[in-house]
Amino acid sequence: MTIAEKILATHCGKTRVSPGELINVRVDLVLSNDITAPIAIKEFNRIGVKKVFDPNKVVMVPDHFIPNKDIASAEQAKMMRDFALSQGIIYFEVGEMGIEHVILPEKGLVLPGDVVIGADSHTCTYGAVNAFATGMGSTDIATAMATGEIWMKVPPTIKFVYHGQLQKWVGGKDLILHTIGNIGVDGALYAAMQFEGEAIDSLPIDGRLSMANMAIEAGGKAGLFRADQTTLDYIKPRATRSYTVVDPDPDAEYAQTIEYDASKIEPQVAFPHLPSNTRPINQVGNVEIDQAVIGSCTNGRLSDLIVAAEILKGRKVAKNKRCIIIPGSQEIYLQALKMGLLETFINAGAVVSTPTCGPCLGGYMGILADGERCISTTNRNFVGRMGHTKSEVYLASPAIAAASAVLGRICGPEEL
Amino acid sequence: MKLSGKVHKYGANVDTDAIIPARYLNVSDPAELAKHCMEDIDAEFINKVEPGDIIVATTNFGSGSSREHAPLAIKASGISCVIAHSFARIFYRNSMNIGLPILECIEAAEKSDSGDILEVELATGEINNVTKNLSFKAKPYPEFMLELISAGGLIEHTKQKLRVGEQ
Repeated sequence: MTIAEKILATHCGKTRVSPGELINVRVDLVLSNDITAPIAIKEFNRIGVKKVFDPNKVVMVPDHFIPNKDIASAEQAKMMRDFALSQGIIYFEVGEMGIEHVILPEKGLVLPGDVVIGADSHTCTYGAVNAFATGMGSTDIATAMATGEIWMKVPPTIKFVYHGQLQKWVGGKDLILHTIGNIGVDGALYAAMQFEGEAIDSLPIDGRLSMANMAIEAGGKAGLFRADQTTLDYIKPRATRSYTVVDPDPDAEYAQTIEYDASKIEPQVAFPHLPSNTRPINQVGNVEIDQAVIGSCTNGRLSDLIVAAEILKGRKVAKNKRCIIIPGSQEIYLQALKMGLLETFINAGAVVSTPTCGPCLGGYMGILADGERCISTTNRNFVGRMGHTKSEVYLASPAIAAASAVLGRICGPEEL
Repeated sequence: MKLSGKVHKYGANVDTDAIIPARYLNVSDPAELAKHCMEDIDAEFINKVEPGDIIVATTNFGSGSSREHAPLAIKASGISCVIAHSFARIFYRNSMNIGLPILECIEAAEKSDSGDILEVELATGEINNVTKNLSFKAKPYPEFMLELISAGGLIEHTKQKLRVGEQ
């Protein structure tokens, strides 16, 4: 069996499952946020149960429109807070909170071998730590909060192998953008993506989180990695319960195997309005930008900020351009402070925000006007995603976004 | 269950930001959400949609976010059914769960245009394009799914089942 099949089998009490099979799965963690929790709570109350199945396995993170951007958001946040406190579930108030997919792994809430479902499509991020994690809607989440179980169809697994070593300035974001550009936004529809190869073996955990995060952008149900020494080094100091590392069987069956020579992959930029609309940086041409955003559940981690600081150190954001940097969690924010990264950003003329999903989904903290362009380390560049329907979002790595902020047009760090 | 209405046709990858932009997600009332349904790709949609109408699209309809607000907004706008070549996974699940019928039928989607009148029978999967006098066949809905749809979604259906069990 593949990683996905083995984890799912363990969670439905079977020795073996196959793609297409409908199973009832026991979940280790059920997640929702300030946008999806209100509907989930309403549905939960309609079911008529009083208590969630296990308060230690239900987590709510206020991160999308938090700190509250307006009265309506404040009402939704309050509804979620009231529910969370009355149920005694895991909850992160402003001051502790960060972007859900950054803080859950960081706090050791997701471990190898887990099944996690979340009312957020980027729940697939946790595949980076060898968990089967997938996004669902609020009604499914309500049901799972009540019962601790959810039905699933076992997905086929597509194996992606990245041979060779990465070029300088190429990271997980570039690999996943290149992959989505290759297979399309529905290239892995309903499937589990399993990432392997020499380039993956040497990819830091943050880069793997960026890759798994965007599995959904190819239509994937999950994006999974093996747990190697890199994973265990990340997990061990954070875990407060036991876990089981899951390796694929040598005779596992894959729907497809797709191989890349990773040493030939250049930094990637996804043009509007699809994540699959990718070009290598040297084919971007002259694209002027108004704003750069560095952050999000895709690229708001410490190593992302370190790369951005390396590029922005001693340089300035181009005159009359905006650069918005958003650490993904309080821990990352504090680390960035201690390391002097925030000082570098502020000296460069960037702004640094408290953790939030804010601009990624056009919520707040960097909305675009008619005709404006943004280079962003986020995960979606759909029409109107970050603001006006005639604005444009270009997706790239923190290295590209930081360099572009300096020149005021999309470019790689080598041009500086 | 027979549905009937005029077609609103769209292309590939109609994403959840197009169906309901995130800037409106600070509320979750379906009627409020419906006021902005499809706004960013078809500002006229909400003025021209009538109860029973049918959205038709090509591949990967509902891609992107897990927001259940998307099928909720479509359903509350009066749309009775969505027919597409294919649907994004989370959207598919969400639609079933809230009782919005959706059908995969490449031929019906390819040969129907905006303004055509369609009749859909969920129990048999039959789709008739009345305007063009064409018939298509999608996979029929199984009995339990028809019950779920008529109950108004998964939660209501579960409650009904539980009540029957108690009696």
